Amino acid sequence: MNHKIKKAFRAAFPHTLPIFAGFWFLGLTYGIYMNVSGFSFWYPMLMSITIFAGSIEFVTVNLLLGAFNPLQALAMTLMINARHLFYGIAMLDKFKGMGWKKFYLIFGMCDESFSINYTAEIPEDVDRGWFMFAVTVLNHFYWFFGSTLGGIFGSLLKFDTKGLDFVMTAMFVVIFMEQWMKEEKHASELIGLGISVLCLIIFKAENFMIPSMIGILLLLTGSRRILEKGGEAA
Amino acid sequence: MTITQQIITVAMVVFGTMITRFLPFVVFQSNKPTPKYIQYLGKVLPGAVFGLLIIYCLRNVSVFTGTHGLPEAIAIVVVAVLHKWKRQMLLSIAGGTAVYMLLVQLVF
Repeated sequence: MNHKIKKAFRAAFPHTLPIFAGFWFLGLTYGIYMNVSGFSFWYPMLMSITIFAGSIEFVTVNLLLGAFNPLQALAMTLMINARHLFYGIAMLDKFKGMGWKKFYLIFGMCDESFSINYTAEIPEDVDRGWFMFAVTVLNHFYWFFGSTLGGIFGSLLKFDTKGLDFVMTAMFVVIFMEQWMKEEKHASELIGLGISVLCLIIFKAENFMIPSMIGILLLLTGSRRILEKGGEAA
Repeated sequence: MTITQQIITVAMVVFGTMITRFLPFVVFQSNKPTPKYIQYLGKVLPGAVFGLLIIYCLRNVSVFTGTHGLPEAIAIVVVAVLHKWKRQMLLSIAGGTAVYMLLVQLVF
């Protein structure tokens, strides 16, 4: 049992290295942001554990600084994090039969955990459940670690790491390419890119996610008969 | 805001995040067969979502002002070429990020 867990962590760790770089940096930025906004390190520390969803945590800082409005907080969260619904639908089968681990796997399903767990080719001799668990725990820890450090040392640090946040973009580009190379038809990938760019131009950075998701859903639904025809989806 | 109000606000954010993550699993229980349409979505959505996530990362890049998105464009080409060439995930990501950092710190 113990051996199984160790093996899974060893297999998962290399997959999480880009996240280590990215979360350490983003978490630090977030912790510093909370620090300079006047919150003690307890805030980023506890919020990084309980929320564990990057962008909304930055938004929460603003919510905490504004007037008390729990419903607005909820609505905002649902909108920003709506994309997780898609992740859940994609992971329905992969998380089947994971027992108690399933709860944590869903809880910790941020963009990065989802991307790795969905695409990683897990070696035959590694336990799938523990592998995905390891990916999620490691990511969670990196985020917690960076956020807390940022919250504690925030005001003391000087940045010469400008541009390091690109590591996340680079990772999604690579994952996108992996997905692309795995499949014969590329309609789904092209729909995702195209609709997102279109919605970004029309609705601007703050509001483009929800229209993009609706557009993607409509187009994929509309082209179901074409995409399923070849016996292989997208 | 009082500390209680702060806790409620954070709790709402946690609750909202959990709704978006757990809802599909609650609606489509694993002991029942998943509807065909949802199975189809589960297969085709990820490709589209990865595209969306790339654009999401780049959402604040302005093509018309500042550096016109050139550092981003160059770095993405580097990532793509490296990945096409060696197909080593970490190499592609590290290489692209290093190029991007050099570009924004020294060139642009």
